[in-house]
Amino acid sequence: MDVWRVLRDASPLLFQGLGTTVLVAVAAILLGIAVGFCVCLLGRSAHRPLRALAAVYVWVVRGTPMIVQAFIVYFGVPQLVQLAVPGFRIGVLEASIVTLTFNAGAYLAEIFRGGIQAVDKGQVEAARSLGMSSSRTMYRIVLPQALRIAAPSMVNQFIITVKDTSILSVIGLADLVNKAKVYVGSSYEFFATYVLVALFYLVLISVLMVVSNSVERRFGDGAQDRR
Amino acid sequence: MAPKIVVEHVHKSFGALHVLRGIDLQVGEGEVVCIIGPSGSGKSTLLRCLNQLETVSDGRVTVDGVAMSDAATDLNAARRNIGMVFQGFNLFQHLTVRRNLTLAPVDLKVMSRAEADAQAGRLLARVGLADKVDAYPRQLSGGQQQRVAIARALAMRPDVMLFDEPTSALDPEMVGEVLAVIRDLAEAGMTMVIVTHEMAFARDVAHRVVFMADGCIVEQGTPAAVFTSPREPRTRDFLRRVSG
Repeated sequence: MDVWRVLRDASPLLFQGLGTTVLVAVAAILLGIAVGFCVCLLGRSAHRPLRALAAVYVWVVRGTPMIVQAFIVYFGVPQLVQLAVPGFRIGVLEASIVTLTFNAGAYLAEIFRGGIQAVDKGQVEAARSLGMSSSRTMYRIVLPQALRIAAPSMVNQFIITVKDTSILSVIGLADLVNKAKVYVGSSYEFFATYVLVALFYLVLISVLMVVSNSVERRFGDGAQDRR
Repeated sequence: MAPKIVVEHVHKSFGALHVLRGIDLQVGEGEVVCIIGPSGSGKSTLLRCLNQLETVSDGRVTVDGVAMSDAATDLNAARRNIGMVFQGFNLFQHLTVRRNLTLAPVDLKVMSRAEADAQAGRLLARVGLADKVDAYPRQLSGGQQQRVAIARALAMRPDVMLFDEPTSALDPEMVGEVLAVIRDLAEAGMTMVIVTHEMAFARDVAHRVVFMADGCIVEQGTPAAVFTSPREPRTRDFLRRVSG
């Protein structure tokens, strides 16, 4: 085992993979927040079919492994679409972002829902009694408090999303894990390479935690009210 | 002069539970009405029907000429004219005292931010909390929070104020400071409906006392009449129990 050789030869590959991992994770987190937010509002809609749609989406995502979702998105869906559009293909990167967004969106929707439910009903009544509309009440009163309550769970979900990118190596995403597999295949340096990969993830997620902690401190309890 | 609040034949049911059973009530301009009665008698529900935090199952509620119980009424506009103070204060926890007082007036374009800020200062001075303008609600005592809540309701410059057991969640030593603020408002001529368990306060501040039991108004009259010589056995019974 030659640690220095691994560091020298594998590092450039792993940094490439890290770039892909970060790109996919960041895209899925940002899109997942948007999807989760929409699904959460859908789930609170006055129309039963919309609520059912949101519930089914969350149910499907939670009830199936992400590896199967990835296979369906990458291999299954194109086959279906090819019936209408011959030669249709979806890129690995796109399929990865779609799968991970789909996944994170469902969990974030549940996290947002929990946060909103945890806000005291009296807050809504006070706002409505002042003449604020229900949507204004939601954006000005409920959501700011719900997001604070949900922040720790949201950070937790972001961490899971970062780590879940590794699952997408099975459909060929050129992420950290995939690059490591390639290097190990020629060098047989299993231990040093995978420990190095673990360190990459550890640093990545530590950075994420430091950033989110400082965001939480800034907007969390006792923060100055910015206007 | 037309009465400020008119309640006609109001019924309210929660599922099978018939909470209000045909309420008729009028409140004149500048009048202070205290509603008393045992818990579960529908006092708070009646109060919440006045600004339609609870919709009525049947009957009509009119406040300042606006048909509150009419489906076509713009409730958001109508509620600006009706301040409400809750048992649990319900201050916006994520906002400073100042923002609690300025959010709705500025957001709903009732006044500019500068006007709202100036008004917040005046209102806080009026409730004796001028130094708490930058505090967060959780940094205040219950009595202070409730005084801020009163100021917040006043910030929309309402014509009518509703109080839902404003001192029931307070430690005994803080009741007085909140009642003093409400008394000031009464003396300033504000039209008010107050649901309360503070009999001495009701006797002192109310122009009229309304006794409710089992979803009905059993008896009403001047404080002297209701407290000193109640006509109804249920009123006598209730007053005997609360006076210990």
